[in-house]
Amino acid sequence: MGGSASLLPREALGEYQELTFLTKQEILLAYKRFSELLPKEERENACSARVPKSQILTLPELRANPFQHRICRVFSTSGNGDDSMSFEDFLDMLSVFSDSATLDIKSHYAFRIFDFDEDGTLDRSDLEKLVDCLTGQGEESRLSNAEMEQLIQNILEESDIDKDGTINLSEFQHVISRSPDFVSSFKIVL
Amino acid sequence: LKYDVLSLLMHVSEIQCSNCQEFLNPPAFLMTDPCFTCTRLCFLSTEGSDVDNEEGSAAENEENAKGTDKVGKRATPRTRRGHARGRARHGGEEDEDDEDGTRRAGHRRHRNRRGRGRASGTEGSDSEGDPTKARKNQANQKSKEDDEEEEDEKGGKSGKGKNEKKQDKKSDKKGKKEKANKKKKDKKKSGSGGDSDSEEEPITEEELAKLKEEVEEKKKLIATLRNKPWKMKKKLSVLKEAQLFVEKFEGALGKGKGKKFYAYKVMMTKKWMKFQRDFENFKTACIPWEMKIKEIESHFGSSVASYFIFLRWMYGINMILFGLTFGLVMVPEALMGKPYGSLPRKTVPRAEEATAMNFATLWDFSGFAQYSVLFYGYYNNQRTIGWLKFRMPLSYFLVGVGTIGYSFMIVIRTMARNANEDGGGDDTSFNFSWKMFTSWDYLIGNPETADNKFASITTSFKEAIVEEQESRKEENIHLTRFLRVLANFLALCTLAGSGYLIFFVVRRSQKFALEGLENYGWWERNEVNMVMSLLGMFCPTLFDVISSLENYHPRIALRWQLGRIFALFLGNLYTFIIALMDEINLKLEEEKIVKYNMTIWEASLYNGTIPENSTAPPIQVDPADVPRGPCWETMVGQEFVRLTVSDTMTTYITILIGDFLRAVFVRFFNYCWCWDLEYGFPSYSEFDISGNVLGLIFNQGMIWMGSFYAPCLPAINVFRLHTSMYLQCWAVMCCNVPQERVFKASRSNNFYMAMLLFILFLSTLPAVYTIVSIPPSFDCGPFSGKTRMFEVISETLEHDFPSWFGKVFGYASNPGLILPFILLMVLGIYYLNATSKSYKEANLELKKKLQSKQKDENEVQT
Repeated sequence: MGGSASLLPREALGEYQELTFLTKQEILLAYKRFSELLPKEERENACSARVPKSQILTLPELRANPFQHRICRVFSTSGNGDDSMSFEDFLDMLSVFSDSATLDIKSHYAFRIFDFDEDGTLDRSDLEKLVDCLTGQGEESRLSNAEMEQLIQNILEESDIDKDGTINLSEFQHVISRSPDFVSSFKIVL
Repeated sequence: LKYDVLSLLMHVSEIQCSNCQEFLNPPAFLMTDPCFTCTRLCFLSTEGSDVDNEEGSAAENEENAKGTDKVGKRATPRTRRGHARGRARHGGEEDEDDEDGTRRAGHRRHRNRRGRGRASGTEGSDSEGDPTKARKNQANQKSKEDDEEEEDEKGGKSGKGKNEKKQDKKSDKKGKKEKANKKKKDKKKSGSGGDSDSEEEPITEEELAKLKEEVEEKKKLIATLRNKPWKMKKKLSVLKEAQLFVEKFEGALGKGKGKKFYAYKVMMTKKWMKFQRDFENFKTACIPWEMKIKEIESHFGSSVASYFIFLRWMYGINMILFGLTFGLVMVPEALMGKPYGSLPRKTVPRAEEATAMNFATLWDFSGFAQYSVLFYGYYNNQRTIGWLKFRMPLSYFLVGVGTIGYSFMIVIRTMARNANEDGGGDDTSFNFSWKMFTSWDYLIGNPETADNKFASITTSFKEAIVEEQESRKEENIHLTRFLRVLANFLALCTLAGSGYLIFFVVRRSQKFALEGLENYGWWERNEVNMVMSLLGMFCPTLFDVISSLENYHPRIALRWQLGRIFALFLGNLYTFIIALMDEINLKLEEEKIVKYNMTIWEASLYNGTIPENSTAPPIQVDPADVPRGPCWETMVGQEFVRLTVSDTMTTYITILIGDFLRAVFVRFFNYCWCWDLEYGFPSYSEFDISGNVLGLIFNQGMIWMGSFYAPCLPAINVFRLHTSMYLQCWAVMCCNVPQERVFKASRSNNFYMAMLLFILFLSTLPAVYTIVSIPPSFDCGPFSGKTRMFEVISETLEHDFPSWFGKVFGYASNPGLILPFILLMVLGIYYLNATSKSYKEANLELKKKLQSKQKDENEVQT
């Protein structure tokens, strides 16, 4: 711990261990990284301070992620929609992305991250945005309209069990639970 | 009362958070979730079934279910509560502030139940028939009663401001509580206030059981809280409440006879939990190189990191092997065995003394290195050594066997665990969805890697679409087929060529050996090792070039590449072993001659000096002058150690030249070159996963093969792995670029393991063969003087165990017993295999049923 950062209270540390999938070291590391994101004068009470989204996105773990904005939105408890994160939000995020988190909770949050319009289902527009995120910003890497249409059609055919044109949480979890790669790739390690 | 106030405060805080948007979100999911309908149905059928664990959703279920007639009808027979119910229904269902209501309902329910728990000792008459169900019904309904009353009031005051409303609610609640739950509260007061003087109101057995159950439930809730997709604030408050509850009532439990024991048990479980957690923390803190690997992971994706994780795992295994050989063989011999120079086998022969300390000799692991604990030949065949009566030969033998046994065990166990983890992933029915939802590797933190990943995802989408649209083009497939056949042909040629080269070199080296190595230079002496290392260095590159012809998916290409290099290494290794076997046979014949010469020499010694006195003590001859046999075991050990060292050196030199110098060249000559070196021809090298993994595996195979004859091998290997961890980490980070097609390696882990197991098996074969069927040298090593090495076991049985044990062992090792035993084992394996197959089938069947059922349900719903 740097000299300027204050220590995490002991009882809080115990509770966080109880409530997250993180170990003590990871929580302490998270705390350190979190307080480094704060301006100097706020480091004393890092537990109650909020880090703005722009600062959170400077973390190398999120910098290259195409879903960075969604991740901030999903985990932020900020009331005014600026997606700033408190330390607890930050821990929540790391817990979900940790190695030992269960498939259930990982897929739940993955669903919320992919649900761009936050209406509780993945519909066509969500899937389109998702494809856009995955194919990157470059012009040449974009899929053509026909390809996009075809792709989404295929995905819906596979995953939309009740044929209502959208993928809901349980359908999503059903698909995800069979994937061999999901748990090992849906993680962020500080 | 204290508790009451606390929970009230908690409610207020929750009401505050529930105003945030977050709490509105998750229930929105639940509403649209088909699972939700299921839970609702479940709820109706079991009505009061305790759904503590899903407080939020369960409470909501109640809210929804209350509208259905079923509950109402059931509730009516109980007059008091039925009344309440009716009132509540009059209030109607205001859904406008559902979340507030439900959350409070959940809480209230807890509190009420608590109250009930304490109270129903006197109110016991209520619980007719099924006591738990009644209790829960009551609790649920009480909470609802509270709730809806409140909602009534709220409905009237909806015009007020939010803060004001909160205040109102608070006071409302208080007031109402005093009114409606007066009786209950009184009970509670007497219960909670009088924890010490509650003797006047003894808790019945039944109550106790219930309370215990609740405490257990709470504990379970605490344990599973981290699995809830809630915000930290909510989790914290729930945790605090549950902890408070548990703390409060744990003490009250076990009144009477079992109290002390119960308290003790609770304390111990707490301590144990804490210890476990600390131990877990400690364990993760002990994992070395976590940060390094993580950094690589974020730069190169999980496939490169998987190599380093594999390297680390290998390091762990080698540490244990090293501990075994070092602690049980090398250290005892060095401390308690006879010192250097006391025996011929422990002394450098006179002829070699002059050069024994030269660096070149030591580097070659002869001279002083050969006559030290590092090699088999140094060990004495004394049964026990030192004041501990340490049984050296036995220990040596058991460590050799144990090393192999342990390796088998750990590899198979890891394989089984890996297989468990990715079980049932062979489903291809979600090809597109997986590409969509799981293709991003969240570990990637490097923009360049991310760009590559974007590109690879795009191509994989496009490929998949094209494949879907037109199943395959005819002309294309012919071309690919032709190219693939050609590639395989080329690979086979390379393999055959390398095999012949090694065969040729080994034959030549035998010729050199027969003529005496002294006449030849460094190259001739090290030709075999150098050629093997060079082949290992260049052939994989060649295979890489060949595999670019094939145009496979990178994951499949990696498999092919691995298979080819595997074949290459295997061929090399086995040519090497066959050459060694030849040499062993030569040495055995040489040994016979030496033995014959020895008798002549001894006779001449006696005849020459003291011909008349045969009872005199044996003449003192300097051990360095005693003629000795060739000791093939040490020779084998030396060969393996040399091979390991030269392999390590070539690996490092390859890294330095192939990666580092190339990177330096590309980086600095790019300023003054005709074309772009960074993106043009040489560019930076990619990290070669397959080659590195195989190098590691074969190196390990050599360790397993050679460590019986050279106890120092695990130590050397530990050193090698340690340095290569740092060197390769550094090389990867500073000279390599991320792969063009980044892919995940989650499933190749077991592939590595399978290869490792195969190599382990192949490397135990020659080792076991030499141990079992070749007689040990007569004048060196712990087994000298015996006809076979394993006789050390029967010797121990004879001398160190009572005679009956030897007899029993003799009977047990009788073929008449062993054969049926083996038969039984085979039958057992067959049976287990059959059952596992049928389980698998049943599993598949269940999966299918589940799928079709889900489909049906969804169809019915729509």
